[in-house]
Amino acid sequence: MMEIGLNHYLVLSTILFAIGLIGVMRRKNLLLLFFATEILLNSVNIAFAAISHYYGDLTGQLFVFFVIAIAASEVAVGLGLLIVWHKRHGNIDLDHMSTMRG
Amino acid sequence: MFEAIAFYLFAFLTTLMFFITVTTSQALHALTALAAGMIFISAFFFILGADFLGAIQIVVYSGAVMALYAFGMMFFDTTREVKEKNGNKYIVFGLSIISAVLVVVIFAAPIVTNNIKALYPMVKGAGNTQELGMVLFTKYLVPFEVAAVMLLVAMIAGIVLAGKKMDLSLTLMSDAEIIDAKKEKTKKVLQ
Amino acid sequence: MEIYLYIALFSPLVGSLFAGLFGASPRTKIAGIVPSLLLFTSFLSSTVLLVYILGGGEKVHVEMMTWMAAGDLYIPFGFVVDQVSVTMMMVVTLVSTIVHIYSIGYMDHDKGFNRFFSYLSAFVFSMMILVMSDNFAGLFIGWEGVGLCSWLLIGFWYHKESATWAANEAFIMNRIADLGMLIGIFLVYWSTGTLQYEQAFAAMSGLDKEVLTWIGIFLFIGAMGKSAQFPLHTWLADAMEGPTPVSALIHAATMVTAGVYLVVRANPLYDLIPHVGLFIASLGAFVALFAASMALVNRDMKRIIAYSTLSQLGYMFVAAGLGAYWVALFHLMAHAFFKALLFLGAGNVMHAMHNELDPFKMGGLRKVMKGTFIMMTLASVALAGIYPFAGFFSKDLILEVAFVEQHYIIYSVLLFTAGLTAFYSFRLVALIFHGEERYKIFGIHPHEAYKFMLVAMSPLLLLAIIAGSFKMTYFEMVTAMLPATEYHLHSVVTYWIMTIGTQLFVILAIAFAYKKYANNKVKVPDGTSKIENNLCYKVLSNQYYIPYIYEEYLVKPYRELSSVFWKEVDMKVVDATVDGIAGIIYSSGEKTRVMQSGNLSTMLKWMVTGVIILLSLAVVFGLTARYSGEIKAILSGLGV
Repeated sequence: MMEIGLNHYLVLSTILFAIGLIGVMRRKNLLLLFFATEILLNSVNIAFAAISHYYGDLTGQLFVFFVIAIAASEVAVGLGLLIVWHKRHGNIDLDHMSTMRG
Repeated sequence: MFEAIAFYLFAFLTTLMFFITVTTSQALHALTALAAGMIFISAFFFILGADFLGAIQIVVYSGAVMALYAFGMMFFDTTREVKEKNGNKYIVFGLSIISAVLVVVIFAAPIVTNNIKALYPMVKGAGNTQELGMVLFTKYLVPFEVAAVMLLVAMIAGIVLAGKKMDLSLTLMSDAEIIDAKKEKTKKVLQ
Repeated sequence: MEIYLYIALFSPLVGSLFAGLFGASPRTKIAGIVPSLLLFTSFLSSTVLLVYILGGGEKVHVEMMTWMAAGDLYIPFGFVVDQVSVTMMMVVTLVSTIVHIYSIGYMDHDKGFNRFFSYLSAFVFSMMILVMSDNFAGLFIGWEGVGLCSWLLIGFWYHKESATWAANEAFIMNRIADLGMLIGIFLVYWSTGTLQYEQAFAAMSGLDKEVLTWIGIFLFIGAMGKSAQFPLHTWLADAMEGPTPVSALIHAATMVTAGVYLVVRANPLYDLIPHVGLFIASLGAFVALFAASMALVNRDMKRIIAYSTLSQLGYMFVAAGLGAYWVALFHLMAHAFFKALLFLGAGNVMHAMHNELDPFKMGGLRKVMKGTFIMMTLASVALAGIYPFAGFFSKDLILEVAFVEQHYIIYSVLLFTAGLTAFYSFRLVALIFHGEERYKIFGIHPHEAYKFMLVAMSPLLLLAIIAGSFKMTYFEMVTAMLPATEYHLHSVVTYWIMTIGTQLFVILAIAFAYKKYANNKVKVPDGTSKIENNLCYKVLSNQYYIPYIYEEYLVKPYRELSSVFWKEVDMKVVDATVDGIAGIIYSSGEKTRVMQSGNLSTMLKWMVTGVIILLSLAVVFGLTARYSGEIKAILSGLGV
């Protein structure tokens, strides 16, 4: 119990991932949806870092590095699109975005 | 002992913060909770000996990303409650938990079989940052450069999207409107 | 020499493509002149090749390129010019050149002028492939090619119901026969392992008699279809719906002789199986008599000539079946000349009479159509086999063959048919050109055809007269390839008795025909006279009721069967299955399109569901791979 192993980190990572998924599915506000995706990315980062530590392999940490880079660019582009949408429609509610209706 | 206390403390705090982020109806609360959660996550990196990543986590997420979100939120009325109408709550929670369990199972599988070999073992006697740098600039040089280009593209895209006057959408307009818009444009060029 | 071979083979194709370019444009003379010139080139090349072969040259054998090479199967586009094929090439190119030139005049007022020449040249090209190929596969391509072109040309006036019907009939009849042909070719490949003539025939001598018999029978079925032998003969008479030059080219001189050519080409095979040969000869004799009897009473000028073609094909098969291949080929050649002439003459008459075909409505045309009259009379004389015309040499030779080979029944049938031939040919000539000018009743003003058409026909006239004198040259050339059996009667007296007897018999028949039909008493039949109500006459004029029997007992039951299959099997089983599959997909799409609500939130839920499914699959497969040994043990314990 007191010895923290890899499994502890993985369980934590999974809990956070589940929280992120809940957020992704229940949020209707686009901005708050972005928050949820950030949680998903971070939960995976923890898992990577933990595996890297417990196996003595640097690859995991490098992956975290690239994931952070991707997250940053995603935020930049995502926010840009969000602003455009808000300018045109005056809201960022997901329920109003249904032009892809099949 | 100390490590265990730290882990459990930060695990509790992170979970709590992220839970608040996804459940609160106040956008401002969500933003604050997310920022706090990010910082708590960096604590794990420090515990795991990934100092560089911990630093980056704080700088990039809590610094840059959160600042961006904060700017983004200036467009909206943050004091207003965020309306969330949801169909079935059980579906949401159920799906999330099932997928989480499956992810754990998959992650755990190689541990069970014990067939992981370290590709880039840690170098003894070097700091974490130095180690990371050595791998990053040899084996992962090309992905690193690509990531740099990607960030540049994202920056330009962000600037263009946010700055440009884009009140026209060709996909949402009818044909007649498009033709009118074109005529107006050519008129401007002629003048 | 190869270059001449290629010129002879491909200039008709170039002509066809050239005329085809003008297919959609209005009538232009050039679309007729260029193919004719190209065909003339082909004729000249064939002549060069003939001279070369006559001069004792080796046969020209080229392999243009590989067509199929798979495993042991190797079929090249190979062409051969030897004594047999060069004869056929000469006949084909000569007759078609003349027919092309003639057609420029004949089709002058037709809207489909350009199209006609395109088809006509394509036909010649197919025929050249048929005769020049050095293997059965190439022969089959040409075989199908002439079938296709004959379909196009018989149905040339496609707006006429009867023409399209006749075209389809010819095509379908030929398909039936071609199935036999194809089986024959497969058998050849199966038993000898090659389709090249030389190797295949060389390998045949070592084969089982039974296999050879089947090969011979199936190949002959193919020949029966193309050469319109009983019981696949009905299409030939109906094919007269096509333009007359087509009848002259296809249904007299070239295509229908393809069957004879096949038997002649396969002579090493038929030499090994004389019993099949005897059957071929008997069938030939039967068809000769059968067709001639139908020609006796027919009232359609072109059909009469068509039946005479059928009858003459019977003669050729008699010769080929009895092993006298060179005689068959010689009669083929001679027959091509005078029969084409006869048809072209009939075309002139048709033009003059504004497409009237009933000879009873003509009469006395010799005053207005002198040239045509002379040509048709001489062609009929040649057909009847009077000395010294071409028919005498070739047809009497067949009679002699039958006599020498001691098949006296066949001989007497053929002799009797020779009399009938003379009678119906001159019945036709007498009705058209002699007697009272009955056409005046119908208000027709006949006129002679264009000069150049008559000039174009004159080489045929010349050949119809003198072709017999080539007999010895021809014999020496062809026997390098074919069995060189000379047919001489043992006693000179018997020979003279036979020859003079035959001649007298034929002349008597002609005289009888003239007496009966060349007088002023001939009236247009109206179905009341005594002879027309005679049973015999009715049977003959209805073609032995064979078309009727085919219609009643083959076509109608087949149609019924088809409609049952259509309603029961096709609609209820096949269509229902296909529609059912489409319906399932359609309805599942209709139901799942609700998923595409366009709402991002819903879509994200679906995405998570999909991720879960994929992850579970990963887990399941991972576990199965990990514990495969145990799973197998459990399954075997369960007895699977």
